[in-house]
Amino acid sequence: MRFLETVMGIPMSIDVRSETDATGAARRAFRVLHDADLRFSTYRPDSEVSRINRAGGSLGTASAEIREVVTIGQAMANATGGAFRVRRPDGSWDLDGVVKGWAAAQAARELAGTGFTDFCLNAGGDVVVSGSPDGAEAWHVGIRSPDSPQRMLAVLAVTDAAIATSGAYERGAHIVDGRTEQAATGLRSATVVGADLTTADVLATAVFALGREGVGWALAHGARGVLAVDENDQLLGAGELSFAGVARAQ
Amino acid sequence: MNNRSWRGTILFAVILVVMGGTVGLKLYGLGEEGTSAQTFAHSTPSGAASGSDTSGSTARGDTAPAQPSAPSGATDAVTGAAVDTRYGAVQVKVTFSGSTITGVDVMQAPDRERRDIEINRRALPILTQEVLASQSANIDTVSGATYTSEGYRQSVQSAIDQR
Repeated sequence: MRFLETVMGIPMSIDVRSETDATGAARRAFRVLHDADLRFSTYRPDSEVSRINRAGGSLGTASAEIREVVTIGQAMANATGGAFRVRRPDGSWDLDGVVKGWAAAQAARELAGTGFTDFCLNAGGDVVVSGSPDGAEAWHVGIRSPDSPQRMLAVLAVTDAAIATSGAYERGAHIVDGRTEQAATGLRSATVVGADLTTADVLATAVFALGREGVGWALAHGARGVLAVDENDQLLGAGELSFAGVARAQ
Repeated sequence: MNNRSWRGTILFAVILVVMGGTVGLKLYGLGEEGTSAQTFAHSTPSGAASGSDTSGSTARGDTAPAQPSAPSGATDAVTGAAVDTRYGAVQVKVTFSGSTITGVDVMQAPDRERRDIEINRRALPILTQEVLASQSANIDTVSGATYTSEGYRQSVQSAIDQR
């Protein structure tokens, strides 16, 4: 069963493989994502983040959710020496680098908590897989080539894992290296495989912000595997990368 | 051993370490004699962090080949620096078309011990095959940096979601 809804301006999909009807669980999972958008979006003047920013950024009366996401973001900012950041120079909060993965991880827990074991949730390219599809050994997750949305850099075979990719190929150079206040350079694409999407998502952004040094660095900060393409089109990898193979289809 | 039975499920630990503009590939060998065939290679974070800790005679910048600055579609080859592993030096040549790997050639592999030879004779060609083969594997979903509905519309994930 596949479910598709637009959240945060992009279609997100949930693919549940089960004999049991997953409609209710999928609806609750999307609710988690919508709620996160309503609370954290800097594009919504009525979001909690927008209200906090208008009030100067003080977290005095902030919700537990805001505090949790800020804590995750600040921990990553510290771990990267400021390359990853959640606070702009003017003191306002931009939690987008944490929220999507964090919310999608929560949505995946909603599905798992309902009892579904074999599913794939894709939130704008941030992926959580559980179990495997229809008796196969693993989910096959294509990693988009930075050259083309139609081509794959590689295909990974994963089960019970999260995969997040950061790149500048779609929205332009939008990830800032907080150490220099300039657009991050060095990598065209950074993919992180990890145990949970909250970690994988912030690590993918952090690796992208750090550049090539981030590839090996991420393994010491919770990544299982890292696959990146640098600005010279060299492939960089570290950790465990399980590639899907044609033999698997037999 | 049945070749086909483990070929598709083998777990590779690939560490491509950038050293002075070159790409080196590390393969760590079997941990113990009893390790199952499905885990030929395993790595450690410290291995990655100390990836530049080579014997000192390997390429580090001045002997590095020119980096490819190919426009999309052009083919380039990058020869990695020889990387010392616990089983000896490993050096590979990675061929790209744009940013897609089209070939991995093993230039140098450990041969100090018979077991090393056996490990690499089997693991390295499989690694080569699997990296290349993965690009044509069926996919269930796509990870990518998607931030806009227009970007999504062009993506393979969009096609998958319409199935």
